[in-house]
Amino acid sequence: MKYIDEFNDPALARRLLDEISATATRPWALMEVCGGQTHSIIRHGIDQLLPEQIELIHGPGCPVCVTPLDVIDQALEIASRPDVIFCSFGDMLRVPGSDRDLFRVKGEGGDVRVVYSPLDALELARKNPDRQVVFFAIGFETTAPANAMAAHQARRLGLTNFSLLVSHVRVPPAIEAIMTSPVCRVQGFLAAGHVCSVMGTAEYPALAERFGVPLVVTGFEPLDILEGIRRAVRQLERGEHRVENAYARAVREDGNPAAMRMIEEVFEVTDRNWRGIGRIPSSGWRLTEAFRAYDAEHRFDVGGIRTEEPAECRSGEVLQGLIKPTECGAFGTTCTPRTPLGATMVSSEGACAAYYLYRRMNGPTPQAARATREEMNPVA
Amino acid sequence: MCLAVPGKVVAIDDSADPLTGLIDFGGVQKRACLEYVPDVRVGEYVIVHVGFALQRLDEESALASLRLFEELGLLEEEFGDAWQQAEREAGTAPASTAPAPTAAVAADQTESGSEAR
Repeated sequence: MKYIDEFNDPALARRLLDEISATATRPWALMEVCGGQTHSIIRHGIDQLLPEQIELIHGPGCPVCVTPLDVIDQALEIASRPDVIFCSFGDMLRVPGSDRDLFRVKGEGGDVRVVYSPLDALELARKNPDRQVVFFAIGFETTAPANAMAAHQARRLGLTNFSLLVSHVRVPPAIEAIMTSPVCRVQGFLAAGHVCSVMGTAEYPALAERFGVPLVVTGFEPLDILEGIRRAVRQLERGEHRVENAYARAVREDGNPAAMRMIEEVFEVTDRNWRGIGRIPSSGWRLTEAFRAYDAEHRFDVGGIRTEEPAECRSGEVLQGLIKPTECGAFGTTCTPRTPLGATMVSSEGACAAYYLYRRMNGPTPQAARATREEMNPVA
Repeated sequence: MCLAVPGKVVAIDDSADPLTGLIDFGGVQKRACLEYVPDVRVGEYVIVHVGFALQRLDEESALASLRLFEELGLLEEEFGDAWQQAEREAGTAPASTAPAPTAAVAADQTESGSEAR
């Protein structure tokens, strides 16, 4: 299905919701994998507009949230060095490490820069040959082609003062980890649209078959999400478990082959720790041996940094969909966007921050949801 | 973090390595790497993530998405000043009160920008 001028179209939203309601004959639990989708769901009150049988479980697909505390502390250590220009995406500035964040390191005199693209960090390295420029290369498959290109170009240019602190994670192993958990309640997935823009859908049929779950590639806009839910529920009601592409305008089955080739040149699969979750086999990428010279963890010898998560923070359970943010005792009291205990309260794509911003402790229904409800149910 | 914004290719620098273009995001123009969509032409639409075009997009879908993103303030989040946003969230003194960087670094800061991604 292609949406043309129908985004934000209440009549279409109503049709999709009516169809979901008419199709669902029993309770179903779906997980939206991507933090961008979580943000959109909470912002627009989609979870509140759905029939009661449909539960949305928020997944671990926020790369800012799952970057391990160890790696954050490594970043803070490197960024504090006087010879370093530390470059990061803006999302990472306030992610708490053990005792501070990049924002505070900058306040203490560290040279921390926000870049829009990893190639901006590369340009800084070219212009500052007497400084070490380090780029914080986090992200899922969506971001990996950009970060891989930075490493590729650094080698092509022979830059010796550029390196990457890599903490890349991959979606399919996370889905596998979720489905093999003894407390898993997920019956279907909304797969992350932009991850599939890069990687295509080749890795998903095996997961759908093995775990008997529908996987619907879904976009980020409210109607995209409703359409993804509609298709997942339709499959579940029919007893099907297939990969479906509900985001065909941006996702091809074979993804972006050029981007995948660059990822393969620069990165190799490795086990990764996920913040709040733990180690997931084969769930990440690291630089290959050929690019090891550009690995900031080795260059600055910070691999030995190991830190414990604060016990009070239950973000790990939130990231696995085991509890809703409001079920955490710290939510909205000792943990707020201003004083976050964990990354899920910092990132705009973190479930805790989304709940805090748009729901306020199970408070009023979000404005967007109220408006949509009124439009959808006009008072006679 | 995984937001990808649709934009229109308004210029392509064939001599750049990697291949680079100028993309218009509903009035905001930024350079983006086109290496992963090498056949793209001026006038076509692409979705851009952290300065890299990842896929082509049809014009109608792109314009509809851009309208929605603008209404929701997502373009400001994407292209706004991350330091200001962090200051607001932290409720602390601006990071600009930090010791001033050297002149050379300050110039670089201006050139490299401090926009959010």
